[in-house]
Amino acid sequence: MTKTSAFDHLSQDDAIGMLRNMIRIRRFEEKLTVLFKRGKLPGFVHLYTGEEAIAVGACSALRTDDRITSTHRGHGHLIAKGARVDRMMAELFGRVDGYCRGKGGSMHIVSFDLSIIGTNGIVGGGIPIGTGSAWADRHLGRDNVTIVFFGDGASNQGVFFESMNIASVWGLPVIFVCENNGYTEWTPTSELTAGNIVDRAAPMGIPGESVDGNDVVAMRFAVERAVERARKGEGPTLIEAKSYRWNGHNEGEEAFAGAYRPEAEQAEWRERDPIVAFGERLVESEWLTREEWAAIDSDEQAQVDAAVEFAENSPFPDAEEALDHLFAPSKESA
Amino acid sequence: MAAKTVTEERNIYYIEAMREGLRAMLGEDENVVVIGEDVGRSVIGATRGLVEDFGPMRVRNTPISEATFVGMCVGAAAVGLRPVVDLMVGSFFYVAMDQLADQAAKLRYMSGGQVNLPIVYFTATGPSGSAAAQHSENPHPMLMNVAGLKIVMPSTPYDAKGLMVSAIRDDNPVVYLQDFVLGGVRGPVPEGTYSIPLGVGDIKRAGKDVTVVAIGAAVPKALRVANKLEAEGISVEVVDPRTLVPLDMDLILESVARTGRLVVVDNARLTCSAASEIVASVSEKGFDLLKAAPQRVAWENVPVPFSPPLEERALISDSDIDSAIRMTLA
Repeated sequence: MTKTSAFDHLSQDDAIGMLRNMIRIRRFEEKLTVLFKRGKLPGFVHLYTGEEAIAVGACSALRTDDRITSTHRGHGHLIAKGARVDRMMAELFGRVDGYCRGKGGSMHIVSFDLSIIGTNGIVGGGIPIGTGSAWADRHLGRDNVTIVFFGDGASNQGVFFESMNIASVWGLPVIFVCENNGYTEWTPTSELTAGNIVDRAAPMGIPGESVDGNDVVAMRFAVERAVERARKGEGPTLIEAKSYRWNGHNEGEEAFAGAYRPEAEQAEWRERDPIVAFGERLVESEWLTREEWAAIDSDEQAQVDAAVEFAENSPFPDAEEALDHLFAPSKESA
Repeated sequence: MAAKTVTEERNIYYIEAMREGLRAMLGEDENVVVIGEDVGRSVIGATRGLVEDFGPMRVRNTPISEATFVGMCVGAAAVGLRPVVDLMVGSFFYVAMDQLADQAAKLRYMSGGQVNLPIVYFTATGPSGSAAAQHSENPHPMLMNVAGLKIVMPSTPYDAKGLMVSAIRDDNPVVYLQDFVLGGVRGPVPEGTYSIPLGVGDIKRAGKDVTVVAIGAAVPKALRVANKLEAEGISVEVVDPRTLVPLDMDLILESVARTGRLVVVDNARLTCSAASEIVASVSEKGFDLLKAAPQRVAWENVPVPFSPPLEERALISDSDIDSAIRMTLA
C-alpha cells in the first residue's frame, strides 16, 4: 500500500518527528499549568495548548537557519524551532541556565543560535522585527526566510498592515502566520475584527491562505508553499491558521475573567485535539503503532520532568547580573 | 582619533559634516544601509546625494511607517546589517515608541546579552522657528530614561562628523539628534575620517567662575552669553557633554570642582530634562564643591507654540542663561 498517499511527500521520519514535537509542547505546558498553580513560576504564563499543530507544521517547513519571531504565547514556537525544554524551563524559573540567563522569562525566551530572533510581550511587536530580518537576508543575498508568528489580536495593530505593505513593495522573504485562536485576550475576536484576517493580504498584493490550524500536515504544506515563493524572491505570504486556545489568555485568569467562553465551544475544540488527530492518522497509515506512540509520549513526559529538575537545580543568577548585558562593549567608547 | 587641530582649516556646514560621516561609513562597511522617508532626496539634507554613490538599495526610501521601519532595524541588525535610519523630525520617534523603547532598547538585555544591535536612529530635532508643537520636540529627556539607547547630541560640525562615525561603528542602538538650527552652522571639519568616543564630553570654552553645561543648540547660546560676560569680568566655562548616554559626569564634576558654580542649559522642557538629571547628579556627588545653588535653564512645561512671541516666551533665551549665571554669583 502507498503509505505516503495521505501525506504526499512527507516522510515517515518527518511525520513522527512532528508528532513528537507536538507532544513535547503539550507535556511541557501541562507541566507549567501545575507549576503555576503551585506558585513555582515567577510572573505569568500564556499557554499554547490546542494550537501545537500551527507551530510544528510551520517550523517543520523551515531550515535550521531560517528565522522566526514569536509572541507572548511562544513556548510552542520555541520548541518547534528546536529549543531545549530544560533550558526553557530554567528560564521560566528565572535561573542562570535559562536561554536568557533568567532575564527574559516566559514571554522573552530567545535563542539567536536557533534563529529565534525575538519573542514578544507586546502584541504585534515582533511583526516589524521579522520583516526586518527578512529585509536583511534579502539585502545580503542570502536565501533564508523568516516566519513571523502573531495572533488574531495583533492583526489589528498598525504594524501588521505597515509590515505587509513594506514586505510587499520590497519583495521580502517573510511569511506572516496569524494564529487565530478565536479570542483577543478575553473578547471574541469576531466582535473586534472586521472581515476575515486572511483577506487583508489581497489589498497588499500578496497571497493569502486560510489553513486548518489543527491539521499539522496542512500547516506544513501551506508554509512550504510560502517558503518556496519566499526563497525564489517572490515575496511574502499571509497564512491565517484557525485554531482554538484551550487555556485562558493567561494562567490564573479565573481570578477575574469569568466564564467568557461557552463550555460547548471548548468541548467541541477539545474533541478536535490536533495531536490525537495526527496520531490517529499515523496509526491508520501504519506509520506508527499505538505502542510506539505511547513510548514517544512517556519519553517526552520524562524529558519534561527532567527539565523541571534541571531548572530547580540551576542557581539564580548573581544579583549583580541585573546590571549586565545592557550595552555591547564598544570598540569606540573610551 | 585624529588630532583636533586642523592644519588647513576647512569650514563646512554641520549638515555636510553629518553627511561626510555617513558617506565614510557607507564606504567603510558594506553592511551599513541608510533608510527613511525620502532619504534619496533628503528634505533636511544629511543624506542628500548619497543615493547617487551607493545606490537605491543602500540608501533606501521607506513608506511613512515609522513604527515598522524603526522595528525592522532590530531584526535586520540582529542578522548582520548595520542600519542607519533618518527619522527626519524628532517628534516622529513618538510614532515608533514601542519599537524603539520596548524592542530596540531591550532585546539585548532581555536576551541575556545574546545579540548586538548596531543601529543608528538620527533625526533633525528641536525648535526651528514656528514649526509648532509637533515639529519642535526634543525627545532626549524621555529617551535618556529608556535604558538601552545611547544618545548623541552634537553641537558643532566637527562633533557632528566624528560622532556620526562613532555612532555607526558602535554595536548598540544609538539615537543621534541634530538640533534643526545647527544644520546651517559652519565650522572647521577635517576631510579625513575621524571618530569621537561616545561618553566623552568637551570643554568648549575654558573659564573659572561658573560652569555652564550646555546641550545641543544651547551650546552656541551659552558661548555667546559667556563671551558677553567676559567683558564684565565673569569667566564662564562651557562644557558640552556631546553624548547624554553615556554621560561624561567626570568632566562635569571636574569643571564644577574648579568653578564651584553650575548652570545647565537644556534645549528641552524643564521637567525631567537632561538639565534636571545633571543638576541632581552634581548635587549628590559634588555637593561640597558648590558655592551656590545650581540652576537649570530649560523650556517652560508646555508644547512649543506656533506664534513667534509665544514660542520665544516658552523657549530659552540668552537672557535666561545670563540671569541664571548671575544667580549663581549673587
